[in-house]
Amino acid sequence: MLLIYCPHCGEHRDEEEFHSKGQAHIARPLDPDNCTDKEWGEYLFFRKNPRGLHHELWIHATGCRKFFNVTRDTVSYEIKEVYKIGERPSVVATAS
Amino acid sequence: MQHYSGFGLLKHALHYHEDWQRVWRNPTPKKKYDVIIIGAGGHGLATAYYLAKEHGITNVAVLEKGHLGGGNIARNTTIVRSNYLWDESAALYEHSMKLWEGLSQDLNYNVMFSQRGVYHTCHTLGDMRSNERLVAANRLQGIDNEMVDAEQLQKEIPSLDCSKGARYPIMGASVQRRAGNARHDAVAWGYARAADALGVDLIQNCEVIDMEISEGKITGVKTKQYGVLKADRVGCVVAGNSGVLAKMAGFELPVESHPLQALVSEPIKPFLDTVVMSNHVHGYMSQSDKGDLVIGAGIDGWVGYGQRGSYGIIEHTIQAIVEMFPCTSRVRMNRQWGGIVDACPDASPIISDTPVKNLFFNCGWGTGGFKGTPGSGNLFAHTLAHGKPHPIAEPFSMYRFHTGALIDEHGAAGVAH
Repeated sequence: MLLIYCPHCGEHRDEEEFHSKGQAHIARPLDPDNCTDKEWGEYLFFRKNPRGLHHELWIHATGCRKFFNVTRDTVSYEIKEVYKIGERPSVVATAS
Repeated sequence: MQHYSGFGLLKHALHYHEDWQRVWRNPTPKKKYDVIIIGAGGHGLATAYYLAKEHGITNVAVLEKGHLGGGNIARNTTIVRSNYLWDESAALYEHSMKLWEGLSQDLNYNVMFSQRGVYHTCHTLGDMRSNERLVAANRLQGIDNEMVDAEQLQKEIPSLDCSKGARYPIMGASVQRRAGNARHDAVAWGYARAADALGVDLIQNCEVIDMEISEGKITGVKTKQYGVLKADRVGCVVAGNSGVLAKMAGFELPVESHPLQALVSEPIKPFLDTVVMSNHVHGYMSQSDKGDLVIGAGIDGWVGYGQRGSYGIIEHTIQAIVEMFPCTSRVRMNRQWGGIVDACPDASPIISDTPVKNLFFNCGWGTGGFKGTPGSGNLFAHTLAHGKPHPIAEPFSMYRFHTGALIDEHGAAGVAH
């Protein structure tokens, strides 16, 4: 069970209040009309699935209903940092 | 291979069961194989078996980083069924079901396949409609599936609360009577024994740490314990760790790995002779031959490799089970565990070639891989033997996520594993 800090509410809350929305920082194609099927497919469906540090998008679904980012270890489940949309993570994987 | 039979059991009893043959060898790997399969779980072992049996390719190694049959084949809730919605998946799971029906004889190993039926309960009009659609689709595909109303359901499963007083009253159910369950470990052991007997090398405690790729073509794998092992073709069947191996090969997959949980109760007297699942209240249950209630749960929505799940999921699942079976409210839970499932966005698996030549992936079975074990192995063996997919496996290419030809089975997959 995760205890997650919501940067908008400024409080730690139970995981039940939140919803994980998957990988963070997925850039929408800049020129969607000229994307190939492959580019669209990769944008929509292909994901990093790291064993280790992962940057994720979360929503405080039953709280403030705002989105934010989390850097979390996918093996220990430890949350390394929480940061707002538009910010960059400060904890990043060394290799890759 | 020593043939197992009732007579053999009697014969060995005379020797106090002290002279049974080893079930499989423990070989040191050769430097070069025709095919290397990574992952000695159910699907990997089944692949090796069918490669040797149906395609005559016996110079095969199955590499396993831990012990064989120690992943999801040891952790699942053993449900087997083939009532999926779309023709592509129905063909795949029915292919598997037909293999299940003769598996114990084929392997000379009792996998305890029990066709005790699987019920999907419906609690809303929407549930009823989608299940009726599923039943109609299955009948067109030649797969057995039928609807029963609440009254009939109450007769068939007396312990299920089909009253109007339930919080989410049951309106009816669909039931596939050929569905059921099997002894999960026996499936891995049976395939391992049969593959070994045909000459396949099962290499346990052998972790793949890199892929040997030159000019876009795989030539072997690098292992922690035995260095580089060469192979003409490599098949990855590593479930939750597929993403990790794909990264070694330099590409991404349309899969995400999630923890999926299950739990069993203390053993109690037999009271449930079938499998009941509800997509609506989200839980499912059967009773094992030992008497424990085998209860299944949902996945955690986030990526996780920890082989354990959240407490919240257990709580929701138990709520659903007590809602459906009020008589279980005082049963104590004995064990709870998690496994890592690799889920595709369309809830259908991937049996596919990859951007790397001669490297093939069989993954993305998500929450429902157990039922697919024989079919998956059988079709993947064909893919590895011929270098191109079997017609049934063809729609399950990873490139369907480029073309858009998805096989959306979220409805039929549901909670039902």
